[in-house]
Amino acid sequence: MQSINPAVLIASLYVFVLAAFLGYQLISRVPPLLHTPLMSATNAISGISLIGSLVIAGMHKVDFHALASGGAAAKPSIATLLGFIAVISATTNVVGGFGITDRMLKLFQQRESVKSKGVKKGSK
Amino acid sequence: MEPGGVNYLLEFTYLIASILFIFGLKGLSHPESARRGMFMAEAGMLAAIIGTLFHNGIITYEWIAAGLVIGSVIGALMAIWVPMTAMPQRTALSHALGAIAAALVGIAEYTLHGGPEMPLFIRGALGFEVMLGTLTTTGSLIAAGKLQGFVRGTPVQFKGQQVVNLLLFGGMAGCFVYSVGHPSASLIFYTMTGLGFLFGVMLVIPIGSADMPVVMSLLNSYAGLASAATGFVLGNNVLIIAGTLDGFSGLILSILMCKAMNRSITNVLFGGFGAVRAATAAGAGGEMREISLNDAAVRLAYASKVVFVPGYGLALAQAQQAVRDLANALEERGVTVKYGIHPVAGRMPGHMNVLLAEANVPYGDLYEMDQINPEFPSTDVVVVVGANDVVNPDARDNSNSPIAGMPILEVDKAKSVIVLKRGQGRGFSGLENPLFCKPVTSMLYGDAKASLTALAHEVKNL
Repeated sequence: MQSINPAVLIASLYVFVLAAFLGYQLISRVPPLLHTPLMSATNAISGISLIGSLVIAGMHKVDFHALASGGAAAKPSIATLLGFIAVISATTNVVGGFGITDRMLKLFQQRESVKSKGVKKGSK
Repeated sequence: MEPGGVNYLLEFTYLIASILFIFGLKGLSHPESARRGMFMAEAGMLAAIIGTLFHNGIITYEWIAAGLVIGSVIGALMAIWVPMTAMPQRTALSHALGAIAAALVGIAEYTLHGGPEMPLFIRGALGFEVMLGTLTTTGSLIAAGKLQGFVRGTPVQFKGQQVVNLLLFGGMAGCFVYSVGHPSASLIFYTMTGLGFLFGVMLVIPIGSADMPVVMSLLNSYAGLASAATGFVLGNNVLIIAGTLDGFSGLILSILMCKAMNRSITNVLFGGFGAVRAATAAGAGGEMREISLNDAAVRLAYASKVVFVPGYGLALAQAQQAVRDLANALEERGVTVKYGIHPVAGRMPGHMNVLLAEANVPYGDLYEMDQINPEFPSTDVVVVVGANDVVNPDARDNSNSPIAGMPILEVDKAKSVIVLKRGQGRGFSGLENPLFCKPVTSMLYGDAKASLTALAHEVKNL
């Protein structure tokens, strides 16, 4: 990654611009009815930044025995700690985001059974 | 990503994940296909995560395992326990989490590879990522606090606020430019990080709760763009794609919300809306007529078409089930029941739809503003539940009103209107609403949930 080559960079920019156009097309088709699930779904999807945090959290070996006995040299690097916190927040977003989106979308699906019977069965 | 070369299997997994994410969002174009779409997106996410665990840069799994477990537990608890009425706070919180993850990855990359050997473009993307990530983190936390009631919902304003914010922003941007040009100046980089956190707070505290739909959408967009910037820093296309989709989704929602309030994004962010309102509120006058519970029930029961118009008050009173019960009682008598939803009703885009869906209202009965407005003249009774600005005829009739030009639900064109309201006060927005004094309007005072439940009971006994 350090020796970035211009072709890769240009390709990344293409990906960005095309994703932007695609995003515009896709999101414009989402009805206002589903705007709340949309926000929560895109949020969960952008939790993909988890894959970046995973690599950072796992790239340095930490000697836990030396750490327990107070060896200063064995301290985890700042990057590892930051990566660790990032893994927690990103995972929370992925699991929580998809979970809540699904819970909401389930509510929008129960239409048939409700309409025919006209009774509510409290779902939580 | 590693000097050793490209891991083709991993790249392929990421490609599959990107495709599945796109199909996932495509599914959201219809309620019936939405869940299936999300399953695809989830599968994509799982594949990407598992693939990454085999990344050759990872040599230790203790931190990863701990982080995944802690995050999954918190996420699962949130997914199970957060009530639908608290969805805006939850979403704001998740913007904060997404943004802090991006910011931390950026800072970690800086400690690992920062310095003159980092290419200029990457330094720019990294600075952008950290700047957006930090300001979105604190901004979203403040927004969540306001929505939850931890922080005062009214705009917090002081003299010279614009100047302070401008200086903060200038300082942050200046540090960004400087640190891109001088990669060894780590102090400047960390100053930028600090200013980002501070600016996020300052950006959101002057904004009132009623403008939250726009703020939420904007923060959504920032969090997404911060993720996309992470993708540039790490040279990872799936991150760029997912982040960009998120960023543009937020941007489109912000524009839609602004249109629905007839305001520009700058006006929402810097307008100091709350302050203008107090000045113009005094003018309107007139008598509000109260209606008894019994009369209201009779009027509803003998109507042929009833439209419910919900607002944030519905969420506050947790009255969604009570609305549904009343609607059921009416439908059993052969009354046609519909729901008119304004785009900015509630505190986030689509808030009301989710609440009513929770109460098992079929989504076919939920009508958007443009669909329901032509129907009001043929509507016998409109029931306004905790909505105010979105039905305020001043937006249409009074060019001096602070909300002039905002598209509204034209409930005053219906044959009669019943407004459920807690008291005679002006409510949240502090804006006088002439609807309440119109001849077609009757007021039913009391807690919305209690009133609706009582109405349903009366209607059943008629």
